Amino acid sequence: MMLEKGVEEKTFYLNLGPQHPSTHGVLRIVLEMDGEFIINSDPVIGYGHRAHEKMAELRTYQQYLPNMGRVDYLHALAYNQCYCMAVEKLAGITPPERAEFIRVITSELNRLSSHLLWFGAYLMDLGAFTPFLYCFDDREQILDLLDRLTGSRLTYCFYRFGGVPVDIDDEFTAGCRAFIQRLRSRWDDYDDLVTKNVIFIHRTRDVGILTPELALKYGVTGPNLRGSGIAYDIRRSEPFSAYPLFDFEIPTGERGDIMDRYLVRLREMEQSLRIIEQALDKIPNGPIMAEKVPKRLKPAEGEVYTAVETARGEFGCYIVSKGDVKPYRIKLRVPCFSNLSILPELIKNTMVADAVAILGSIDLVIPEIDR
Amino acid sequence: MQFLVAEGARLVVSLIGVIGLVSVNALFLIWMERKVSAHIQLRPGPMEVGFHGALQTIADALKLIGKELITPEDVDKIIYLLAPIVMFLPVLVSFLVIPFSPALVIRDINVGLLLIFAFGALSVLAILMAGWSSNNKYALLGAIRSVAQNVAYEIPLLITAMSIILMAGSFRLSDIVAQQSVLWNIFLQPLAFILYITCATAETNRAPFDIPEAESELVAGFHTEYSGMRFAIFFLAEYTNMFIVSAVATVLFLGGWRGPVLPPVVWFLIKVYLMIFIIMWFRWTFPRLRFDQLITFSWKVLIPLAFVNLLVTALVIKIL
Repeated sequence: MMLEKGVEEKTFYLNLGPQHPSTHGVLRIVLEMDGEFIINSDPVIGYGHRAHEKMAELRTYQQYLPNMGRVDYLHALAYNQCYCMAVEKLAGITPPERAEFIRVITSELNRLSSHLLWFGAYLMDLGAFTPFLYCFDDREQILDLLDRLTGSRLTYCFYRFGGVPVDIDDEFTAGCRAFIQRLRSRWDDYDDLVTKNVIFIHRTRDVGILTPELALKYGVTGPNLRGSGIAYDIRRSEPFSAYPLFDFEIPTGERGDIMDRYLVRLREMEQSLRIIEQALDKIPNGPIMAEKVPKRLKPAEGEVYTAVETARGEFGCYIVSKGDVKPYRIKLRVPCFSNLSILPELIKNTMVADAVAILGSIDLVIPEIDR
Repeated sequence: MQFLVAEGARLVVSLIGVIGLVSVNALFLIWMERKVSAHIQLRPGPMEVGFHGALQTIADALKLIGKELITPEDVDKIIYLLAPIVMFLPVLVSFLVIPFSPALVIRDINVGLLLIFAFGALSVLAILMAGWSSNNKYALLGAIRSVAQNVAYEIPLLITAMSIILMAGSFRLSDIVAQQSVLWNIFLQPLAFILYITCATAETNRAPFDIPEAESELVAGFHTEYSGMRFAIFFLAEYTNMFIVSAVATVLFLGGWRGPVLPPVVWFLIKVYLMIFIIMWFRWTFPRLRFDQLITFSWKVLIPLAFVNLLVTALVIKIL
């Protein structure tokens, strides 16, 4: 696991993590350093391992549902959605359209809150504290909205097999619209404070360049891939839920550096606002739960794979059923595992400060890797 | 004999005065930093303890005093324990020559500015001692960064100050204030002022130049292994340093104690705290520079600009 020792006398090892302000979780990166420069690096994972996949084999389909919010606590609803979609496909349940709209609205809100948190935390990695609190101020509005609807603020478990348990009301709709307006009025502030800041530009332009070839080779997805110029988004390439009904763009970068990944996320937030707005306008009336969903779910033998676009990339859920109340096997395809694997390539021959900047720009959520 | 007694008494009174000022200043600046950051960041946090959070620093100080002083096992003990003291003492000495008002100055010597810069340069030694003796890689990296940074930024700082000295024709701080009786130097030397405030921010290790401690990269840099009061002394030195660089800026560029109506010492303090406010404002606005960018900025931008400024000043003085 450790790097080869004694190759060059002048290098030394620096443990970045597992307890470090910039790894945002229990990730450890062993850096082989020559002064300030990084010669080699080796991410060490597994500090927060909880055996999520094994747990699935020991629980019924419903009992396992809350686990999904713990895999990625920042975009919990997308994980909920993916798992629900997989089980629905397996059991042949079709959620009503209104439920799909509610799923899209809440999931996009959750994506916004995830990106806002990334935005703030990332600026903190670069040594700026103030944007962090501005972003949290905005994120708080989303949390309040979702709190009112779902009853929780972080590890949501809102979707059910066949729909959603609670319908949205006028107050929620009005709150969403107010939030959309508020966030749109904030872009100028963020541009002035961050995007146009000369230090920020110098820290991010042409640093940590991820070429499209490298990204494809490692299976990178999400904003990191789109930052390299490849417009791959599950919401478009394999449309699910109500996404085909909405008009939105897939922002891409040109150079694949940190700045591009940052800009892609920023523009993605604008697109999320557009999707929410359209969904609120177009939402149909009707039931929010499919009829006759059995309390005791016992899907027929078979296997199924579904994927959704989370804030960090493609999340896939592969379920094998042997016709029991419990799944025979579940495999979760998480985006951050592939995204982390490019890190050693990106931080080679950079400085410690760059390593922190690059690590932050990949937007890792460690429990997802250590599931 | 009488002279010696008088001088001794004067020394004791000055020392008490300086230590009092340093403590009150630190308490006030910690409170001020909290308030400034909270206002910039739109958060109500520092309103909780006492009126407008006024008692927060006292609570902080009590907490720091109560904390255990942990000395890690493999540190180089003597250097490790000396570092905070070496950090703090030179800062105290700098107060000797600062003219708070025409009357209120401990020693108005003719090389006052040189003395401040000379003792100011010692803080890098303390940081190096702390980082080296801690036997911690983060601390070591922080210390190495600090040395490079201080060397890089002291040069433009001194060259910039030179252009003011050329105008005043003296290193004595009160002479420099006297020279600004008509017009403050900030109006005659705006570029020098910008250069000075940039270098001064770097000299005090404040963001965006807080490379030696770089929280998100080096955890806490050179003071990673210091806890409780030892950490507090580093902190105290940083805040006192801020006061000194701001006081020097006030003397060099803002006309020192000059101002209408209010007593001179009040004017002096207003200007000093205004400068400190600007330095704090930087901290809560900018991201941190990368180490090599920081050095490049000094060698390729600040030093040439400082030299140009010095040359132009010299030429203008020669012509006039």
